[in-house]
Amino acid sequence: MDLSIASILALDGLTNGAVYALLALATVLLFAVTRVIFIPQGEFVAFGALTLALFQAGRVPGTVWFLLALAAAAAVSDVIDGVRHRRAAQRIAIQVVRTLAWPVVASAIAIWAAPQNPPLLVQALLTMALVTPFGSLIYRLAYESLADAPVLVLLIVSVGVHFALVGLGLFFFGAEGFRNPSFWDARFSAGGLTLSGQAVIIFLVSLALIAMLWLVFERTLVGKALRATAVNRLGARLMGISSAGAGRLAFAMAAFIGALSGLLIGPTTTIFYDSGFLIGLKGFVAAVFAGLSSYPLALVGALGVGLLESFGSFWASSFKEVIVFSSILPVLLWRSLRDPHGEEH
Amino acid sequence: MSANLRRWAFPVFAAAMLVLPALPVPDFWITQSSYIGMYALVSLGLVLLTGVAGLTSFGQAAFVGVGAYTAAFLTVNLAASPWLALLLGVVFAIVAALIVGAITLRMSGHYLPLATIAWGLALNYTMANMDWLGKYDGIVGVPTLTLGSVDLGTGRGLHVLVWVFALLAALAVTRLLDSRTGRAIRSLRSGSTMAEAMGVSTFRYKLVIFVIAAVLAAMSGWLFAFFQRTVNPTPFSLGKGIEYLFMAVLGGVSHVWGAFLGAAVVKLTDDQLQVLLPRLIGTSGNFETIVFGLVLIGVLKYAPDGLWTFAGRWWPAADRPRDWDKAPPLPTRDKPEIGGPLLEVSAVRKEFGGLVAVNNVSFDIRAGDIVALIGPNGAGKSTTFNLITGVLPLTSGEVRFRGQTVSGLPSREIARRGVSRTFQHVKMNPDMTVLENVALGGHLRGSSGAVRAMLRMDREEERQLFAEAERQLARIGMTEHMHELAGNLPMGPQRLMEIARALCTDPALLLLDEPAAGLRHKEKQALAKVLRQLKSEGVSLLLVEHDMDFVMGLADRIVVMEFGTRLMEGTPAEVQASPEVRAAYLGTEH
Repeated sequence: MDLSIASILALDGLTNGAVYALLALATVLLFAVTRVIFIPQGEFVAFGALTLALFQAGRVPGTVWFLLALAAAAAVSDVIDGVRHRRAAQRIAIQVVRTLAWPVVASAIAIWAAPQNPPLLVQALLTMALVTPFGSLIYRLAYESLADAPVLVLLIVSVGVHFALVGLGLFFFGAEGFRNPSFWDARFSAGGLTLSGQAVIIFLVSLALIAMLWLVFERTLVGKALRATAVNRLGARLMGISSAGAGRLAFAMAAFIGALSGLLIGPTTTIFYDSGFLIGLKGFVAAVFAGLSSYPLALVGALGVGLLESFGSFWASSFKEVIVFSSILPVLLWRSLRDPHGEEH
Repeated sequence: MSANLRRWAFPVFAAAMLVLPALPVPDFWITQSSYIGMYALVSLGLVLLTGVAGLTSFGQAAFVGVGAYTAAFLTVNLAASPWLALLLGVVFAIVAALIVGAITLRMSGHYLPLATIAWGLALNYTMANMDWLGKYDGIVGVPTLTLGSVDLGTGRGLHVLVWVFALLAALAVTRLLDSRTGRAIRSLRSGSTMAEAMGVSTFRYKLVIFVIAAVLAAMSGWLFAFFQRTVNPTPFSLGKGIEYLFMAVLGGVSHVWGAFLGAAVVKLTDDQLQVLLPRLIGTSGNFETIVFGLVLIGVLKYAPDGLWTFAGRWWPAADRPRDWDKAPPLPTRDKPEIGGPLLEVSAVRKEFGGLVAVNNVSFDIRAGDIVALIGPNGAGKSTTFNLITGVLPLTSGEVRFRGQTVSGLPSREIARRGVSRTFQHVKMNPDMTVLENVALGGHLRGSSGAVRAMLRMDREEERQLFAEAERQLARIGMTEHMHELAGNLPMGPQRLMEIARALCTDPALLLLDEPAAGLRHKEKQALAKVLRQLKSEGVSLLLVEHDMDFVMGLADRIVVMEFGTRLMEGTPAEVQASPEVRAAYLGTEH
């Protein structure tokens, strides 16, 4: 290997690492706020990429029907919940409208716009609008009533959610794989190194998102409420912060980040309905590196995973996944030696 | 009626499964039943991990793969004996489990499942990419198993072997759970503090059950290789590993037979769904994962104990038969000479960040003393307890017990030296009977391990432990409750049970954190009598208590703490006369 190959691999690794970093941040965020170890984070990635791909093909993406189905299920649970607590019909109706509003409006726009081949950017925005509400709907349907269950139970629920989402993904998207067009076809050469426009976009968007998250958590009341919930759920609740609301918001943010990652990674690889799992797990390895608690460490871990993957595929291409996933063991060993007394709550 | 049912259920079920191939049952059902036996072996390990110990693994399919690939490679490529392959497969599984477990089990519980995801994926990719393992095609042409001159084939003959393994495993796990090791394992789920204080190395027992689960999975894989006569990476994927967990959760994750029920339900519905769903939907695909996923979420939400609880309802647990009357007593510890130095606490200090919870506190306890630690709320009494018993590490200072430095030792080592304790907030296993909870206190006085328990070579020691547990319960007047589930007791008796458990360790020094809280007046008097009797036997006591009548009538000396510092030390009369103590409790007049 000479320097030019090494720099190509490094660039490649950092590009993927930037996407893994977003996913790792989402995983850390979810664990901090809700104690859910969210295995299906990668599913949002696949949903984002596939939705855009179907818009590109001029079709109404299956996401629409998927979203409507979830929203309908959530509305039904609203009604059941309302009747059980003997709420007034009017209050129940308002709650149902709240649950349905975004999914229905976003779906309607998507159905109307899809055949007209709107510009790529509009399609991307529609994709984000369709995938983001998945987060809060999934939280409501799967996790909310178990919010105080042990981490282990929530983890097993995550596995169930993963199973269901992959199966439903196959149902709504089909088994076909898609590769999206680049957002920016430019190429920059410097020496032996070529930087694609898509890579530039990946870096810029990742940086922008990280900056945005930082601003949200540091400067806004909503962000501070999420942080308070992460530090102490009961204390936050006593201060009037709804932990269910915080959970929904955190999940919506995770779905937003996942969908965005899907848009970013879509042009670099072919995405199938079940591709999200492995991509998400790589973000996950990075989050474990950070002990599921530190955002900066998750960032470092994700770039490390990206580099390990690209150099791994150069040296032993068929073993690159083995190398990436085995790397979690020395990471855990390091964590175990550093902080051995982690007692569960 | 129900006693007969209980006694005969297992033999009848076992006989039925073993005789099944000789009956005119269609081959299809024999095959299904073989699958169920093999799956149940794996889920049985997950019952131990998830339901009993509160850990879990998504990587059990990888251990199945270890067993299967070892069997296939050795018998096809090296023409080795299948039995050697079984032995080696189990050894490989043990080594892998020890590595994964040793790395993750010192940390909080969710790191093990995360590591097993990685382990499952990595091993699966390795199998699929190794030339000598046949890559994605795997290894074909595995011979059938022969037993003596009998060829077991892949159908009816092998069914018997599968179920011999499955039934023996169920028996072994049932026996294991009802043993000294089993009580230690069952105490893991409620956190490690109490178990460690009873002398249990929680890390070691977590590792033990992870290894047992891996061994069960490897055995299942070994059977699988001879059943399918070919191995490839697909049945050992992460998805399959998750399916095993699904079986255990659906069946009933805290019951041995839940593993069997779950395996049966999943296997039988899986086949139906694979036919039904594609027809319903119109295209082929693994749509059954949708149903599995939704059912898994539903079960955890609405029936967290799984399907077996519905079966278990007309299956009430029997009281443990009292067979320990003639058991010889357990050996006891040499008690220190009354009046000699026992515990020396010198300048112990605990800082939590910037907060000094305990500020250079010193006091001594002589053997046979009853010393009380009193002070207003937040004075640092319970923290002092935790420093003495090793639950919290000291920031500085030293604790010496019977002349040896014990500060810095883990709490189970301090327990081994003869310090036992109760907790301010009762810590116990609510799903064990009172007797079993108390017998956990005798952990360090027994020595039988997992293998002896599975072979029932531990019965003599078990009788001794239960005799001791009953003796301690009798002492605090709780024998009539001994067969009740500890979780069903009211608060006061739960505290008394903790004292009995601490006594069961045969302590030289007993630390009681608010023993009289929640007790009625008569119960308090009885407790005081027991504590005085202990003193006369040479046991020393250190107690934190807010009931001043109780303390003043019992203690020889009293240490008063306020804001983490020692305010004064003296006899009850001196403390009562002290203006500083009065000021600490009631404030000063100005």
